[in-house]
Amino acid sequence: MTTQLYVAIGYVLFAPIIGGLMAGIDRIITARMQGRKGPPLLQPFYDVFKLFQKQNILVNRLQLPFVVCHVIFAIFTGFLFFQGSDVLLIIFVLTLAGVFLVLAAYSTGSPFSAVGAERELLLMMGYEPMLIIALVGMYEVAGSFDMYKIMNAPVPVVLYLPGIYLGIVYILAIKLRKSPFDLSTSHHAHQELVKGITSDMGGATLALTEISHWYETVFLYGFLFIFFGANPIVGAVGVIVTFLLEIAIDNAVARVKWEFMLSSAWLVALIMGAGNLIPLFLINRG
Amino acid sequence: MAFFKKSPWLLHYDASSCNGCDIEVLACLTPMYDVERFGCINTGDPKQADIFLITGSVNHRNAAIVKNLYDQMPEPKVVVAVGICAYSGGVFADCYNVKGGVASVIPVDVYVPGCAAKPESIIDGVVQALGVLEEKHKAFRANRKGSGGKYEISDSYSAEPAEAAQPNAEEAHHA
Repeated sequence: MTTQLYVAIGYVLFAPIIGGLMAGIDRIITARMQGRKGPPLLQPFYDVFKLFQKQNILVNRLQLPFVVCHVIFAIFTGFLFFQGSDVLLIIFVLTLAGVFLVLAAYSTGSPFSAVGAERELLLMMGYEPMLIIALVGMYEVAGSFDMYKIMNAPVPVVLYLPGIYLGIVYILAIKLRKSPFDLSTSHHAHQELVKGITSDMGGATLALTEISHWYETVFLYGFLFIFFGANPIVGAVGVIVTFLLEIAIDNAVARVKWEFMLSSAWLVALIMGAGNLIPLFLINRG
Repeated sequence: MAFFKKSPWLLHYDASSCNGCDIEVLACLTPMYDVERFGCINTGDPKQADIFLITGSVNHRNAAIVKNLYDQMPEPKVVVAVGICAYSGGVFADCYNVKGGVASVIPVDVYVPGCAAKPESIIDGVVQALGVLEEKHKAFRANRKGSGGKYEISDSYSAEPAEAAQPNAEEAHHA
């Protein structure tokens, strides 16, 4: 129990560093794929430190508390996860963090933020079913919702849940707002919605959303890690391959419309998720 | 630490030019010049921008828009006027609808010469703007310490009109 607590505290302290470095690697690989040199590895940190130095202009007094709650719940999600709480509870806290970001955008009244917030809700509708199915699958294999019990299952759960793993990889692009599913906000040069959900955030407010994104990135890749069981090398290889795959997809595919995002995400949940879960039920219970 | 120099985010606006300078601004983002090497990002959001990169002469219809974009940018901020039209109106100066250069609406910090301005000179102008940005940041920080305010609500800022339009700032030197 105490080791788990240390891991959780380590997450709170070091996840921004790991998440920021992952963002830096992402930007360099993206640039290389486009034939550019790309920014330095520490560029995401420079950006965030600069944003903290800028004047922070808020549209109203409610915006900042919402963003702060978003950050707190994003940190809390990972803390509960690495501390070994019920995974079901963790997914609900993750959703709550997302809802606070949507509320922060809605509170501004700007049409760009409002469209971004609506699209963020659509993204959440897209990825939630697959996430819940993944938890049911994990429970079916490991007999527990405890992250450490799932990780230390006799056989890595990914061997029983290959379809669910692929489904999770699909919705990870939605959750991380990567292309082709970067509907609610956009990175860098793509800007037809101004900045979508973060349009009215600047200065420290934007820096906070960036930091919470790093926390969420580390949590989500940690969630992928437990699919591979207790062997850290197998897990690390699996997570790195998935990370590179997400970057490749991000750069190779153009943005889709929300109808496609929602229907395809649900279709993936149905085929990959339920298609994996039903045989598992039949084998276990039959 | 001087993080502004490492992460300047640009807001690009075409007031009313022939589009020549805009194509050169976009050329800066291509693999040939790749300004993201220096942490430069072409953001579309004035609330997240540090440098206002504006091309073309200002006309009577978009003067208010230019002013509005400038007001939405948080301090410290720098304006870079790209091309001869942004300086004086260029070949459009005598048109009935043209108000003049960018300085007729908002204070300009750096001028980039050229028609159209070359990507090299645009990058040079942005590098000069970083020096101005760093100075403005020092002034802003000293000012903020005095007032003690951590954040501002948007309707309470930009009450003062932009300073008198004088093309007084240093001009970008282009080798």
